[in-house]
Amino acid sequence: MLKRVLIVLIALALIGAGAFWLVTMPRPLTAADLPDHQPDLENGRYMFFAGGCASCHATSGGDDPFHLGGGLELKSPFGSFYAPNISPDPEDGIGGWSTLDFVNAMQKGLSPELENYYPSFPYTSYQRMRPQDVIDLKGFLDTLDPVTSSVPDHALPFPFNIRRTLGGWKLLFLDGKQFEPDPDLTDEINRGGYLVTGPGHCAECHTPRDMLGGLERSEWLVGGPNPEGEGRVPGIAAADLDDWSQGDLAYALESGFTPTFDSLGGSMAAVIRNTSQLTAEDRNAIAAYLKSAQAQETLR
Amino acid sequence: MKHLLFAGTTIALLTATAASWAAMDPIATRQAVMKDNGAAIGTLAKMAKGEMDFDATAANLSVRVLYSGAAGFTSLFPAGSETGGETEASPKIWEDMAGFEAKNDDLLNAAASIKATPIADLDGVKAALGALGKTCQSCHEAYRIKKN
Ligand code: HEC
Ligand code: HEC
Ligand code: HEC
Repeated sequence: MLKRVLIVLIALALIGAGAFWLVTMPRPLTAADLPDHQPDLENGRYMFFAGGCASCHATSGGDDPFHLGGGLELKSPFGSFYAPNISPDPEDGIGGWSTLDFVNAMQKGLSPELENYYPSFPYTSYQRMRPQDVIDLKGFLDTLDPVTSSVPDHALPFPFNIRRTLGGWKLLFLDGKQFEPDPDLTDEINRGGYLVTGPGHCAECHTPRDMLGGLERSEWLVGGPNPEGEGRVPGIAAADLDDWSQGDLAYALESGFTPTFDSLGGSMAAVIRNTSQLTAEDRNAIAAYLKSAQAQETLR
Repeated sequence: MKHLLFAGTTIALLTATAASWAAMDPIATRQAVMKDNGAAIGTLAKMAKGEMDFDATAANLSVRVLYSGAAGFTSLFPAGSETGGETEASPKIWEDMAGFEAKNDDLLNAAASIKATPIADLDGVKAALGALGKTCQSCHEAYRIKKN
């Protein structure tokens, strides 16, 4: 009798593990999923700034945004991550990656070996990008100088050091949706919505996270404790920005100055080094989206 | 005109009483210095944006305000002033005072070199705003934490 119970229990455990294995199976895109698109290097360079890649991947301690040796420590409640080298170096960087490898990394959070990436790489936002923009970005990265560097391994305790467990996390937090413009909104607001929700990954800092580290999408852009440690990230939902005109916001994204001429600092300083490289139209579009409570309901 | 008066008074006040204020309440004093920095940079920014007419005297007074604010500024962070008074100073200041002083010197030096060749036209305002603004951002990036 006891033996039978044991067998049933073991069988159930195996089915459970099998089910977990199945639902957490990586589901990469295949070549057939990619649009037929020749990389536009000019737009790729633009997406590099819109996406803020240098904020994390530029060689830490240096000030050249195109020297992508990595090494920056990213603190989180789960442990420390170290941004990898994404220069075209074939040994230390991502030289030799195919376009498909790159799109899978950016939009599915999967490595060429189909291992899960940690969401400290903000692919939960980059999944919203147009595949064409991602392909352009890959084309641009290929033109940069290869950098040799050795980056420390992430310092994560068990079980966070098991990449496979991230399959479960992705089921909850990676919805696989690309950006869909809202026909009820103006082109300007839709463009701003694209830049904020996709490449700009503003929500990764300005939206609070739950205990599993997933974005609380119901509390879109309302701000919260700084996940990197001390202080708070301010809210930038429309309701938080009564004291800011659209022009004030666009100016802040250009210059870093608030309406009272305080200078935005902390991790926002690096964001401004990127947004200052965008066109004035795009900064205005981001500002228009931030001022529109309606847009923030549909475009998240 | 009101602006000139304001800037002038600020300089006088800062030089005359910085030391005694600081002894009394370093947190309130450093916040007051920074508010003046905001007002001074604001004058330059409004001119640069065309929201205010170019005025060489007001522009150069703003640079002086920034210069005198930076002179001795780091002495407003004595041990014991790490917390309280809604301070937004990062604990990193006390872990790395030399790095913090270097950021302050960047502002001091930028202001000193503009003082040496005063602003004469709108392009000068824009150049000054760029050179000075960079130093605000880079210190706030490393040594200041928003708490609300
Ligand atoms: C907030 C910081 C951050 C930003 C911004 C960021 N990344 Fe990353 N990225 C990371 C981290 C951390 C990893 C490592 C993830 C892991 O090991 O699971 C990573 C991994 C990668 C990888 C995989 C590298 C490898 O060796 O496997 C690529 C490719 C990549 N990022 C490209 C980009 C691009 C392109 C951008 C800009 C659009 C970007 N990242 C922006 C933090 C960031
Ligand atoms: C890496 C984290 C991070 C990202 C990504 C980020 N922000 Fe911020 N943001 C901050 C922090 C921290 C502050 C507070 C700045 C300070 O301390 O001066 C801030 C402040 C702001 C402010 C000023 C709010 C106020 O009330 O003072 C605006 C506006 C803003 N961010 C917009 C954006 C936009 C738009 C994006 C996307 C393009 C973005 N942020 C992406 C961290 C981030
Ligand atoms: C050497 C570092 C440093 C430099 C340079 C610097 N700041 Fe600050 N700033 C700080 C610190 C630290 C605080 C927080 C002080 C506190 O709350 O105790 C601050 C606070 C502020 C505040 C908020 C004051 C308040 O309490 O209301 C404003 C506005 C400000 N700074 C503007 C500027 C401007 C404009 C510049 C450039 C002209 C500038 N700062 C340059 C370190 C610096």
